[in-house]
Amino acid sequence: MAGILVFSDRTNLALEILTAAGVIGGTAKVLVINNDEQAQALSDAGADVYKLSNDDISLADVGQVAEVLKEAAEKLNADIILLSSNRRGKELAGRLAQKIGAGCLTDVSAINVNGDKIECQRNALGGATVATQYINGDKKVIAVSPRSFAPFAGSGGSINEIDITIPASTVKVLEVKPKAADTVDIAAAEKLVIVGQGLNSKDDIPMIEELAAKIGAEVACSKPVATDKKWFSEEHVVGLSGKICKPELAIILGVSGQVQFTVGIRDAKVIAAVNTDENATINTMADYVLTADLHEVVKEMNEILG
Amino acid sequence: MNVVVAMKQIPDLQQIRIKNRQPVFDDVPLTFGSIDKNALEAGVNLKENGLADKVIVLSAGNEDLEDTIKEALAAGADEAFLILGDDLNGAESSVIAQVLTAGIKQIEDVGLILFGEGSGDNYSGQVGSRVAEILGWPQVGYAGAVKVEGNKAVVTRVLEDAEEVVEVSLPAVITVVSGINEARIPSVTQILKAGKKPKEIVEEDELDEINKDALITTVSNLAPESDRKRVVVKSTAELVDKLKSENMI
Ligand SMILES: Cc1cc2nc3c(=O)[nH]c(=O)nc-3n(C[C@H](O)[C@H](O)[C@H](O)COP(=O)(O)OP(=O)(O)OC[C@H]3O[C@@H](n4cnc5c(N)ncnc54)[C@H](O)[C@@H]3O)c2cc1C
Ligand SMILES: Nc1ncnc2c1ncn2[C@@H]1O[C@H](COP(=O)(O)O)[C@@H](O)[C@H]1O
Repeated sequence: MAGILVFSDRTNLALEILTAAGVIGGTAKVLVINNDEQAQALSDAGADVYKLSNDDISLADVGQVAEVLKEAAEKLNADIILLSSNRRGKELAGRLAQKIGAGCLTDVSAINVNGDKIECQRNALGGATVATQYINGDKKVIAVSPRSFAPFAGSGGSINEIDITIPASTVKVLEVKPKAADTVDIAAAEKLVIVGQGLNSKDDIPMIEELAAKIGAEVACSKPVATDKKWFSEEHVVGLSGKICKPELAIILGVSGQVQFTVGIRDAKVIAAVNTDENATINTMADYVLTADLHEVVKEMNEILG
Repeated sequence: MNVVVAMKQIPDLQQIRIKNRQPVFDDVPLTFGSIDKNALEAGVNLKENGLADKVIVLSAGNEDLEDTIKEALAAGADEAFLILGDDLNGAESSVIAQVLTAGIKQIEDVGLILFGEGSGDNYSGQVGSRVAEILGWPQVGYAGAVKVEGNKAVVTRVLEDAEEVVEVSLPAVITVVSGINEARIPSVTQILKAGKKPKEIVEEDELDEINKDALITTVSNLAPESDRKRVVVKSTAELVDKLKSENMI
């Protein structure tokens, strides 16, 4: 079986990809760039780590990191490169694939080996369908969606050094502004109260939070509520470019139900939808449909639930 | 300097019907991906602020593109560069990247190429990165703000847990997130006038050396099965009762 090279800037995602590598089979080696803590954590988990320490490398320079991965893959005899499908990983995937002449699949949520084919699943048509695809040829770049595989836990890891020299980066980082820490994990929540653009104003958020607290749910939202209105951080977004959630219960308020949203919630066990439009698409994928003003409904629910 | 905006013609996803789990495309109108419209808006903003000379939309697709392109020309693009080919709608990223790069090489004085972070239908986020690699240009993905200062761009890259402000020299490739701006909706008069704006049309087979080897094979593409109860309730109280009866609240 072909050698596999694993890389992610995030340790938790690197662990998930190691599990994906296990599904493919063969031996996986992990590249760690300028991050001793990550090298230690991954080897503790049982991975064979190849640690690269070179201050000329900047993770912000996708072209340069792609070059580093190409060289690392050659040195470590890997034809298959597994990346994380977070933003950095996705951006890197296409550049690296082009550089090494590989086919590439991003946002891969499941992998199944069928003979000599590595069949990958990813959402297509904005999430309306799920495509099963494989890469032709020996060289493959696969970017794996976060939370699609359990973190790897093995033993007998090692830390090795790898040396790659490369010209200094041309992308200059001027400033890094960490986003305010947001500890919500809607992808892991058992219950979600999800608001869309049907919500009138930011001032209505407290009653949504009150409802969520009463039933032990997290509050989530559709994308425009976060990216356009900025009422919530992007951590709260359900959908194709947000989080894929599988709660027991989703109460969906004032969301129209476009495919890029519904792909993030279609695996919920029970869905209740509240929308003023009785023909809203969201109603076709709900177990309980209430045609009403969400503000009234939330007020009433808060009263009933006491 | 000119700004090129790469925009993909896609079926209007809201109008795709599912039959026996298969997507049905008959009579589904074509449009541009919504994040590509944000990329166009970003380009037009640069021009309106005197930081770019012309905004040229670059698109590869089938002949319907000659009509679809009006939408982009009406929304502020000065010119269009279209590459037409029967098999270009839905062609894979590696082919599209080569085709677009061939187009870029025919456009003068390109300082910046703007892409969406992902196309509306495929959303694979590969094409911009692949084009940057073919050209050997620096790239910055997931831009939430773009400023041009002389021969440099200062770009705010929006990552999951941080924003990273970076400086790159031009020419460069930038992909944008939808939050970068609110794309304008052109008026009917603007759409009518758009037909008169210059369009350069190239047939795909006039381009040299496009390697069309399929790198990806699709085994199946099916809508997931869903069986929802779709019970219509009349009141909030009834909804609460139903959820209680399922032990959900
Ligand atoms: C590549 C790509 C990726 C995307 N990724 C995502 C994603 O991850 N997540 C996501 O959500 N979107 C995503 N989108 C955007 C998506 O296409 C939709 O634009 C978005 O989901 C719409 O959000 P919405 O339903 O809240 O708003 P709208 O479509 O505006 O719907 C608002 C709804 O509220 C109802 N309403 C209005 N007033 C009330 C009231 N008082 N009470 C009750 N109901 C009311 C209306 O009838 C309507 O149905 C993506 C788009 C693209 C192109
Ligand atoms: N056929 C095309 N013509 C023009 N631009 C395209 C085409 N396909 C993709 N793009 C651009 O590349 C971006 C990323 O596409 P994708 O890699 O499919 O997610 C899109 O947002 C567009 O800006």
